[in-house]
Order: sequence, then structure tokens, then C-alpha cells
Amino acid sequence: MEYSIMEWLSDPGLVHFLIVSAMLFSLGLMAVLSQRNVIMVLMGVELILNSANINFIAFSRFTELSLDGHMIALFVIIIAAAEAAVALAIVLNVYNRFKTINLDEISTMKG
Amino acid sequence: MELTTILFYLFALVTVGAAAVMVFSKNIVHSAFALMFSLIGVAALYVLLYADFLAAAQLLVYVGGILILILFGVMLTSQGLTVDYKSTTVNLLPAALLSITAAALLIFAFTTTKWIVSTPVDRDETVYDLGMLLMGDYILAFIVVGVLLLITIIGAILMSTRLITQTGKTD
Repeated sequence: MEYSIMEWLSDPGLVHFLIVSAMLFSLGLMAVLSQRNVIMVLMGVELILNSANINFIAFSRFTELSLDGHMIALFVIIIAAAEAAVALAIVLNVYNRFKTINLDEISTMKG
Repeated sequence: MELTTILFYLFALVTVGAAAVMVFSKNIVHSAFALMFSLIGVAALYVLLYADFLAAAQLLVYVGGILILILFGVMLTSQGLTVDYKSTTVNLLPAALLSITAAALLIFAFTTTKWIVSTPVDRDETVYDLGMLLMGDYILAFIVVGVLLLITIIGAILMSTRLITQTGKTD
């Protein structure tokens, strides 16, 4: 690398955005793996979807994938909205039946 | 230092910092509000990447829709503030190890790959081109997503009305 590290830091390019999205992804993974509240797990999934979206849009700005990346990110946002609505309805049903939203205590599938 | 550089670091810090607060907060309402700041930071990053329409969609759908939905979920399933952090958090060490490994591997892969970067085109707005693409190349996906949203609405209504009749019957 010919640039100095300060020069690399002062010019945000593709890799900078990718690193931000990697951090968001790992934080979302942490939430999904360690939390036992269903709603916290859902929030972690939202973080992971957002990190994927940042990747798509960064690639669509800095590489040949021009507006197609925007379209994919748009469809990801739409599907995330659908997923959140259905997941919250399921969570409310589960809370009504089990009186808890701790994932470790929701262990029966029927009855 | 250019203005865009300062703004990038500011919003990256807001996004990642609020996400960290969300994951490690003891109170789930604090987590939801930290998630809001994180999503707003992501929208600002979209603006820095010249994606104006997607930034608006992010603000409308995530901050205006999904976050309100999550807050309602929190309120409707609230078990009071008696549930402590220890009982809702398990496997803290393995999860931290795994996610730190994932982050390190991803950052290593991102920084060592030689990306074929083209010079960024300066766009004024993306709305016109996105609309043309949506009605042209992506018309099938657009219609399928519309049907998916319809099915989602019907399914959510069905599940919540079944909830009401069940509680009416059993309780």
C-alpha cells in the first residue's frame, strides 16, 4: 500500500462503508445469539438486514453495479417490513399462549 | 479534512455506537430507542452514498413503521421491569467470541481484497431512474412483492383476530 494510513483514513471509500457494515453485522449476530427475549432477537435481525443493505448500496456507488444495487436494497427493505409484521403477530400469539417471551421457555410446538 | 469525511465518521459512529447500546442495554425500551438512532444513522450513510430515495424509504419504513411495530410489541408483551438482564442473556462468552471472530474475518476479507472500483458517477437524483427500472426490468419482482405484502396483511389480520376469539373462548 503506497498511501499512508492517515491518507487512507481521510478519504472514505468502498472499504470504509464495508467495515461499518461488518461491525453492524457482528453486533446483530451478537444480539441474535445472546439475547433470549424474542423482540431483542428481532431487532438483531433488523440490524443484520441493514448491514446487508449498506453493502449493496456501497457496491452500487463504487463499482459497476449501478442502480441494480438500489433495487435489491429496496426489495430487502420491503421484505423486512413484511417479516417484522408477521413476526410481531406471531410473538403476540406466543405471548398470549405461554405468558412469556423468553425463547428458552417456549419449547412445545403443539398444545 | 473534507466535510464528507467528517460526516461519514460522525454517522458511522452514531450507527455502530447506537447498535452497541442496543445489544448491551439492560432495558428493552432503551434498546428500541437505540435501534432508532442506529437506523437514522444508516439512512444518513445512504445519503452519503448518493441514494436519496432509499434514505427516504429507510426513514419511512424502518423508523416510521418497523420501529413503531417493535415498540408496540414491547408494550403488549411487557413483563414489567422485573425481568433482569442475566435471565434474558445467555451464552454471553461464546456469542461474543463468535461475533468478534465474524467481524475480524469480514474486515480482513474486505480490506485485503482488491476491489475493482470505478470512478463514482455524480448523480443528482435517483428517483427517475429507479422508477424507470421498477416499471421496466423489475416489473415482475415489483408485482410479486406487492402480492407478498397483501398476503402479509391478510396473515397478520388473521392471526390477531384468532388471538381475540381464542382469548374470548378460553378466558
